[in-house]
Parts: sequence; C-alpha cells; structure tokens
Amino acid sequence: MNIDLIIGIVQIILIATTPLVFAGIGELVTEKSGVLNLGVEGMMLVGAVTAFVTLVVTNSYILAFIFSIISGILMSSLFAFLVLVLMSNQVATGLALTIFGIGLSSMIGKNYIGTPIDGLTPWYFVILSFLIVFFVSYFFYKTKSGLILRAVGESHNSAHALGYSVLKIRLLAIIFGGSMCALAGSYMSICYAPMWQEGMTAGRGWIALALVVFATWKPGRILIGAYIFGGVTILQMNLQAFGLRLPAQFFNMAPYIATMLVLVIISSNKLRIKLSAPASLTLPFYKGR
Amino acid sequence: MNNFFPTIVTRSNSSQLMNILVPIIAVFLTLITGSIIFSIMGFNPFFALHTFFISPISTSYGISELLVKATPLALIAIGLAFCFKNNIYNIGAEGQLTMGAIFGGGIGIYFYDTNGFWLLPLMILGGAIGGALWGMIPALLKTKFNTNEILTSLMLVYVALLILDYLVVGPWKDPQGYSFPKTRQFSESGRMPLLFSGLRVHLGLIITLLLIFISWFIFSKTIFGFQLKVSGFSPLAARYAGFNQNTLVYLAFGICGAFAGIAGLSEVSGPIGLLYRDISPNYGFTAIIVTFLGRLHPVGIIFASLVIALTYLGAEDAQLFMQIPAAVGFVFQGLILFYLLGADILVNYKVVFKK
Repeated sequence: MNIDLIIGIVQIILIATTPLVFAGIGELVTEKSGVLNLGVEGMMLVGAVTAFVTLVVTNSYILAFIFSIISGILMSSLFAFLVLVLMSNQVATGLALTIFGIGLSSMIGKNYIGTPIDGLTPWYFVILSFLIVFFVSYFFYKTKSGLILRAVGESHNSAHALGYSVLKIRLLAIIFGGSMCALAGSYMSICYAPMWQEGMTAGRGWIALALVVFATWKPGRILIGAYIFGGVTILQMNLQAFGLRLPAQFFNMAPYIATMLVLVIISSNKLRIKLSAPASLTLPFYKGR
Repeated sequence: MNNFFPTIVTRSNSSQLMNILVPIIAVFLTLITGSIIFSIMGFNPFFALHTFFISPISTSYGISELLVKATPLALIAIGLAFCFKNNIYNIGAEGQLTMGAIFGGGIGIYFYDTNGFWLLPLMILGGAIGGALWGMIPALLKTKFNTNEILTSLMLVYVALLILDYLVVGPWKDPQGYSFPKTRQFSESGRMPLLFSGLRVHLGLIITLLLIFISWFIFSKTIFGFQLKVSGFSPLAARYAGFNQNTLVYLAFGICGAFAGIAGLSEVSGPIGLLYRDISPNYGFTAIIVTFLGRLHPVGIIFASLVIALTYLGAEDAQLFMQIPAAVGFVFQGLILFYLLGADILVNYKVVFKK
C-alpha cells in the first residue's frame, strides 16, 4: 500500500459519502421536529433530475442547483401540507412521496438518459457538507431557535402551550429536509455520476434514513455513520479490484447488509433508542383538542 | 378574516360513509389532476383519459390483461393487510416476491425436463416458503433486536434483487441462451394453466381469489384476526388482554411474505415462464397503494387492484399511442395515494364554516 493509493481511496470515500451526509442531516432536522419523512429517496431523485435537466437546458450550474432546491422545497411542502394540515399518516405519506418521486423523475428525465454533461468538481460540496453538519449542530445546541425546534419534536403540546407555532416550525424543518435531499440528488447527478439514470440514487435515501437512527438523532454522528457506510462501500469496490474472487453482486449487497447490521446493533439497546428518539416523532399535532 | 377559513372539528365517531367514499373521491381527484397534466402536455384531455383508462379494457384481451396485472397486486395487497392492520410497516414485499420467484422458479428450473401434475403445486409451495422466509428476517430483527422493520424490509429488497441477478447471469443461466441473462424455460407442467385459450389470464387469479377469501375469513371470523385488529387500534389494550405481540409480528410477516412469494411465483410460472432480471414492474411497492386504497378490506382490495392495474395498462398505451413515458403510471399511483391520505381527514374530522 503506497501513499498515493491511500490518498486516492480517501478521496473516493469523501466524494461518495457526501450525498449521504446531505440527505442524512436534512432528514435529521425534520425528525428532530417530530416528523418522519420517508420520502427521502423520492425527493433525491426529483432533485437529481431537476438539476440535470436544468443544466442541459440552460447550461448554468447555479440555476441547476437553484431549481433543484426549489423542487425539493415543492416536494417537501406537498408532504408538509398532507401531514401537518390534513394530519395524514406520516409513514404512508412518505411512501407516497417516494413512489410519486420515482415516477415523476423518470418521466421528466426520459429523454435525458445518457446525455453527456461536464461534471462539476465535488470538493466544494464535500466542504459544504461538513459546514452544514457543523451549522446544524451549533443551531440545535447553542441557539434558542434550535432549542425550540427540539422542544416541538419532544412535546408538541408543551411547545404549543408556551406559545410556539408547532406547525410553522415543523413546516420549516420539513422544507429544510427537502432542500437538503434535493441538494444530495443534484450533487449525485451533476458532480458524482455525472449523468442521469432512472433510480440512480439506488437506495441512498433509505440509507440516509437509517443513518439518522444510527446517529441516535445527534448531528455530529451523522458524519461518523455516513463515513462508515461510505468506507464499507468503497472498500468492497477496492477488494473487488484487488481480485478477491466473489461475484460482483455479493459486493454490491455490502451497503444494504451493512445498513441492516448497524441498525440491529444500535437498536438492540431499547433504552438508548427510546431516550434519543424525539418523543413526538410521527404523532400528528391537532390544536383543537 | 378568521371567518373565511373553515375550521376542522373532530367527529365523535369516525364516519363509516366517508370510509367508503374517500377512496372514490381520491380516484376522481386523480382523474381531474390527470386531465390537467395531459392538457399542459398539449393533449386533448378527453382523448388522453380515454387512451389511458377506457381503451385498454375495451376488448376481451384488454380485460384479461387487466386481470393478469391485478392478480399479483391483489394477492400482495391482501398479505400486506395482515401487516398494516397491526401497524407493522412491511414495505419489502417486492423482495419477498423476488425470493418466492427464486425458490419456486428454482424448482421449476431443476425439473425443466420433467412433467407431472405435482410440479406446479411444489413450485407454489416453494414460492410461499421463499417469500415467508424472506419476510421472517425483518420480523426476527424487529422482535429480537427492536430494529425498525421499515428500513430492514426495504434493504432486503435490494439484496433479493441482487441474488436474482447473480443467479440469472451465473449458475442458473440458460446454457443455450447465448449471453442473455435468463434461465431455461420451465416445463409445460411447471406453468400456470391458462383459464381461457388465447388470453393470458391464468390459474394465479383463482389462487388469489381463494387466498383473499381465506383472508376475509381470518380477519372477520377468527381470534387471530381480532387480535391483529385490536393491537393495531390500541397496542396497550392488546397487551392488557395478553396478546403476544411478537407472535403477531411473526405471523403477519410470514403470511404477507408467503402471499408475496406466491404472487412472484405465479408471475414467473404464469406470463413469463422463466427467470430473468425484471420479473416485476414494482408490484411489491405498488401493492402498498392497493392495500391503502382498498382500506385493508378484502373486497376493497379487489376493486383497488383493478383500478391500480389499469394505471399500468394505461401507461403502456399512453407510451404507445401518445409517446408519454410509461413512468406516468407511477405518477398516477402516487397521486391516488396522496389524495387518499389527504381526504382521509374527512373520516375522523369534519370541516365547519364558522358564521
């Protein structure tokens, strides 16, 4: 193992893990406010295709990211309207958002599969992902607004009694989650791949959801978890390259099996999950009670 | 200002009428949204809706195709009802379907040159066992390690699809198949018999109706069905009554997995006849919508499976005649679920305009 190879592997891990960090931290903020959004995968795909198509049409990276984030805001607002105003079941609504997003993204991107684009350098986004995690951590534990958001997620009735607008805070948290997922998607289609392919996120949205559990709802640990997953994924690719003789499909299973193993290890301590999960997670808030 | 906005008031009892009306409202709203989307895309909305929802089922062949698509959807959906009734969110039916196809289809490939009346029942049994085993994994992880079944069952979908991929390009590849990633054909007695000659609708439909009837019986006439319902409505009451929640989790996942596995087997031994990569156009995920649209009720699920199967057929026709990507079918499916969940508020709340 020479030094260049190690640097190379570290670089690939950084590049491959960044979308997990974006999506994971976005979902973490949403869940901290007491809302579980299972639509991460759908929002990532729509974000990815929006960025890609915008880039092909306008040739502007800035517009691509702006439109992508707008798409994430729209998708998550749709979700927010259903779960906050109409008080629908959060699990089912999140699933609907994912199914809708998969369909919408492949419909929009149909004519753009295989269109070549110039990829953007990923490094700004790698740095940005660390900054956002730091910012969210600071926001949660050092600012009053962060404390209010956490309070809403723990006990929405108490927060309401203190005069905070539960629905407004949750709406903002959901929209932040949606824009982060869209950013993760646009990073994948413009920097990481760079191309559009149906279902290109390949379950990363679901791994991001698992990351939040792994992180026991603490922002800093999203980074640790994401880099463990990223490391496992890249290492299996390298083992494959070094000629460990196993069919490729078994290597490709590694991230999914690793996700399950990690979830099992973290969740087997019931008390830890009970203490860390926001107490109002998935519960609808109804003012008129 | 405040008088302009309607207020939402809790109903004292959830409305039975709305429970039935809401799915119909959801389908209706989806049609309206669909026609708006088609107009924006520059099509005459009536022509588009006709192409999408009427012309696919205007021939006997079309009706048969509708039943071919509705068969796996209804079968998986009734299995999911066992889980959802108890608030167990199994969203990995696609993986259980794949495993059923692998187990049952594997038997079919092993006996590819043998004929016998016993072959198809054996394959169906294999499908049920494969699906049930795959469904038991998230159940085991949930009961033993408190692990969230939503995420584990979904991760297992990807694993199952990769196993299938490995088998059809590797050990089970057809030796005479050149380099196509597919297996040998099953023998004649390993195929689902057709119900009418010239139409593709097959024995799987009868099996599905039978299993739906059995499920109806379990839901409404047995202690197990009652336990599922109670622990879904009130986990605390169920615990107080001494129902073993872990047993319910295993049974729900096992039954759902077995049903999804049979659905997978009936796909590969019905219309397909061999194993290859894309055995299911997301039936396992779409069945989730069927279950909710059918209100977890056997009769509702039959109707819902027909509606959702129509979105598959319509999307195929729309691609053929209007050059609209077939993915529009998934968009419609998502929309139906959105409207359903949104309109659900009418069941437990009523909207009042203040004077």
